[in-house]
Amino acid sequence: MGPVVSVLPYNQRTDPESRPTRWPTDPPLRAVPRRRGGRAPWWFAVPALLLFAFVVLVPSVRGVYYALTDWDGLDPHFSFIGLGNFTQMLDDPQAMQVVGHTLLIAVAITIVQNGFGLLLALGVNSAIKSRNVLRVFLFAPAVVTPIVTAYLWRNLLAPSGAVNSLLGAVGLGSWTQDWLGNPRLALWSIVGVIVWQFGGYSMVIFLAGLQSIPREIYEAAAIDGGGAVRRFWSVTRPLLGPAFTINLMLSIIGGIKLFDQVFALTGGGPGHATDTMSTLIYKDAFTLGEFGYSIALAVVLTIIVAVVSSGQYFVLARNERAAS
Amino acid sequence: MNRYRWRTFGLEMSMVAVAVVIGFPVYVLINLALRPASDLSSPLRPTMSPTFANFTDAWQQGRLGGALLNSVLVTTASVIVVLAVSSLAAYPLARASTRWSRGMYLLIMLGLMLPFQLAALPLYQTMRDLGLLGSVWALILFYSGLQVPFTTFLYVGFLRALPHDFEDAALIDGCTPLQVFRFVVFPMLKPITVTALVLNAIFVWNDFFTPLLYLSGSDQQTVPVAIAGFVGQFVTDWNMIFAALVISIVPILAVYFALQRSIINGFAGGLKG
Repeated sequence: MGPVVSVLPYNQRTDPESRPTRWPTDPPLRAVPRRRGGRAPWWFAVPALLLFAFVVLVPSVRGVYYALTDWDGLDPHFSFIGLGNFTQMLDDPQAMQVVGHTLLIAVAITIVQNGFGLLLALGVNSAIKSRNVLRVFLFAPAVVTPIVTAYLWRNLLAPSGAVNSLLGAVGLGSWTQDWLGNPRLALWSIVGVIVWQFGGYSMVIFLAGLQSIPREIYEAAAIDGGGAVRRFWSVTRPLLGPAFTINLMLSIIGGIKLFDQVFALTGGGPGHATDTMSTLIYKDAFTLGEFGYSIALAVVLTIIVAVVSSGQYFVLARNERAAS
Repeated sequence: MNRYRWRTFGLEMSMVAVAVVIGFPVYVLINLALRPASDLSSPLRPTMSPTFANFTDAWQQGRLGGALLNSVLVTTASVIVVLAVSSLAAYPLARASTRWSRGMYLLIMLGLMLPFQLAALPLYQTMRDLGLLGSVWALILFYSGLQVPFTTFLYVGFLRALPHDFEDAALIDGCTPLQVFRFVVFPMLKPITVTALVLNAIFVWNDFFTPLLYLSGSDQQTVPVAIAGFVGQFVTDWNMIFAALVISIVPILAVYFALQRSIINGFAGGLKG
């Protein structure tokens, strides 16, 4: 006997394997109801849009207008002065210095915080026994109110504070400094406080990236003779691309907008050595009554944030594509 | 790579050493907060006669109870409003592809770029004209709008990866769109809702600049401005200031250690977009 060959037509076979999900003779499916605008009505977005417009959009547009006036914040009579506030800013060495300091702080925070965070993440991602406890502990400063940690550090960094006591106790008495009172050091002390607080934040994001890399890739690289450094450079680094993008964006934009820590640690001093754009905006508006000028500074801040964040996004996204 | 060797032990010791250095300020904080103001020995030396007087003084003189209550109220109300309006808005923005919805989405995403320093000063005038300055309602209104772009961004990203078969089924079964959202879509958004809740709550609780502007000169305060005012008032009494700092840190750290898994995952995952 030869093999049994089914002679039934295709659409009457009972073998479930060969049965297509739909028979050609089946009735047509009922169409899913489709309205213009899809399943969800557009007015669902209205409450969010109204709140957003009231709090962000309209005031921002008004801000751009006020930046072109000489308004003091109170007087209903003010005049339109075009780009006067901006040319005044260019002629103001102090404003230019503050813009420079702000960018310097932002770049320094970005480099140091992410370098430190990456090292912590690599350490916590290893086989050490305390990794879970350390992860929770090292991230803890990041949830604490920045103004509170800044006041704590203001005392620790004072001339007779705990940092200098500690240096003295371990025999480094000659390293003691007036950390916040010395104009050349104060900026770096602020950077140090921020890295102390947010290094764990970068760590957590790098750690999520590290844990998403499949173990097999490392095993394959090890079999191919890649040492630890080579494995880091050729496997970990490119595959951490998304984590790098997020971390660099967060730290550089956070650095550009920095306010709380400067307000609490130095108040912008000594002199204007640690003023950032945000502290200058606050001082100009609320202690000097120069609302127009202050908002013009905020416009410049907005432009810097927009340029830096879009530029960084495109560069990093291109590198990510090139690496993968 | 996964075995525990001498090198792993060395790494473990150095990581613990880093943790000790990072924890050093906390030791000084607690040590000085427990110390009477008359004790002028080194901040490193453990306090021999600990006292809780600093804490009771700080609590009474800093009016921290009222500030904590205000912070809880502002954080809770703002986060509820921003999660409700943003998840509702994200539904059509993620699902529909009309020109209208795309335009609205781009408009809201523009808000991710605008630093709030730009809006804060003109809004200060509006709040003054509305008589809201010095009231916690100004803060609730402000955060509810300020956090819309970021929260909507999180929800839209999550929704776009979600299949819409359940919504279709619910629609065929006769649900109104609002019922579909309430009973089908919103429950499926739970993971991203937890993330958005964590990130928004910590941001609002910790924010200092906004209450500094909108509450200054009033008797209303949130924890960050209460602390700043307290430091300004008792500049030299660091033992009492440190007690106030401890009081302000304890609630947030208690919540953090209780919910550390969700909180860390929220920070790590929420920004992947």
